Amino acid sequence: MPQPLNYLKETASQTAGPYVHIGLIPAMAGFDIFEKNFSNVLTTPNTEGERITLEGKVLDGTGTPLRDVLLEIWQANAAGRYNHPADRTAGALEQEFRGWGRAGSDFESGLVTFETIKPGAIVDKAGRKCAPHINVWIVARGINIGLNTRLYFSDEEAANAADPVLNLIEQTARRSTLIAKRSDRAGKVVYSFTIHLQGPEETVFFDV
Amino acid sequence: MNAQAPVLRDPRLNRPEPLTPPLGDGGFFQRDRSIHPPAHAPGYKSSVLRSPRQSLLSLEGSVSEITGPVFGHNDLGPLDNDLIRNYAKDGDPVGERIIVHGRVLDETGRGVPNTLVEFWQANAGGRYRHKKDTYLAPIDPNFGGCGRALTDDTGYYYFRTVKPGPYPWRNYVNSWRPAHIHFSVFGSGFAQRLITQMYFEGDPLIPVCPILTTIPDKDALDRLVAPLDLNASTPFDSLAYRFDIVLRGQRSTYFENRTAGN
Repeated sequence: MPQPLNYLKETASQTAGPYVHIGLIPAMAGFDIFEKNFSNVLTTPNTEGERITLEGKVLDGTGTPLRDVLLEIWQANAAGRYNHPADRTAGALEQEFRGWGRAGSDFESGLVTFETIKPGAIVDKAGRKCAPHINVWIVARGINIGLNTRLYFSDEEAANAADPVLNLIEQTARRSTLIAKRSDRAGKVVYSFTIHLQGPEETVFFDV
Repeated sequence: MNAQAPVLRDPRLNRPEPLTPPLGDGGFFQRDRSIHPPAHAPGYKSSVLRSPRQSLLSLEGSVSEITGPVFGHNDLGPLDNDLIRNYAKDGDPVGERIIVHGRVLDETGRGVPNTLVEFWQANAGGRYRHKKDTYLAPIDPNFGGCGRALTDDTGYYYFRTVKPGPYPWRNYVNSWRPAHIHFSVFGSGFAQRLITQMYFEGDPLIPVCPILTTIPDKDALDRLVAPLDLNASTPFDSLAYRFDIVLRGQRSTYFENRTAGN
């Protein structure tokens, strides 16, 4: 018997429950408690880059929108740089742009929105250029362990076709489940997405 | 489960000092999914329509996953980790006063410093302050039920609250949740993001909870049960429970202040 490695085990995940709003977005639960709240608006007036609205829903196996879901997004700035010391890429850091946002779905419609900027392309460890994307994390009642996925942009066809992660998806038809569709709405750029938790259009989720 | 552990700082690790993480090229340890609940767990009915059925796509940690949001003291208010006072209007909340404390560690036993831990819970009667909660237990006017803290340099966090009550829910007709506190933890990379729940030692509802028992591994389930920690209690004021949280292990990552390697 060799020496034990003595690594600890990761703490097991549990559902965020139906009342996830209480802790993470208490204003949605119906009360005001924190002086400073986290929000779905990532931009400040000084943020570089193209302003975009992300707008979408998460659907269950019957096609019904989840109305109690919480999404977090994590993204690079317009120069393709994550606001974190482990990002060694060349893009310029913007201190004010955290690159992270949190949103609950509307209790009636299930709509989730973020106000942010379109991220720049990043370069991976192998030196390959990655298509611009936004990382998404999904928790809700009934989701036992948070789901990781990504959103890419419909107007980046060439970059998406070369993206090393999209190209890992063997069933090419499923790649489109990660692509948000661009539209213009009264001068505002909106990217629409639908996340399917199950069914023939099930979104590609990652084991990261 | 570790009440007899000889070392207070790292009660799950049978040695006094944290292990040194192995060297590598960044990224996280592979997640051991066998200790997490499966997505599709029919005993917990809400998971049936909300569980992906396709295989997850395995992705080697890229810069998108090994990085994550950074929070600081400017994000928090002075009472954010005191649930006894952070929503008090005209007195203290009703219930058993408790301290919850512990460390956020990674799988190598290293404390995760300066990371955000958020928590939320029902009041002593088992009622959440949420416009969608209609349970008959009363709302406590002096209790909000949420808080947050940053871990210190060693990964340590603590907060003060009242012990939440158990409550019924619509899974089976007679399903009851054990008393629990929800935890949301960040870590240093987005791939470490975790939401879990802490339970209380000795609660008879633990073995019959359809949510808690989605976890297939008995030891993993036990690790969500916080032991009573009398040594950390405040005499004539609060009992204490100890809850350590372990996030994904981290291979060596680049830090600007340690460019020569970790």
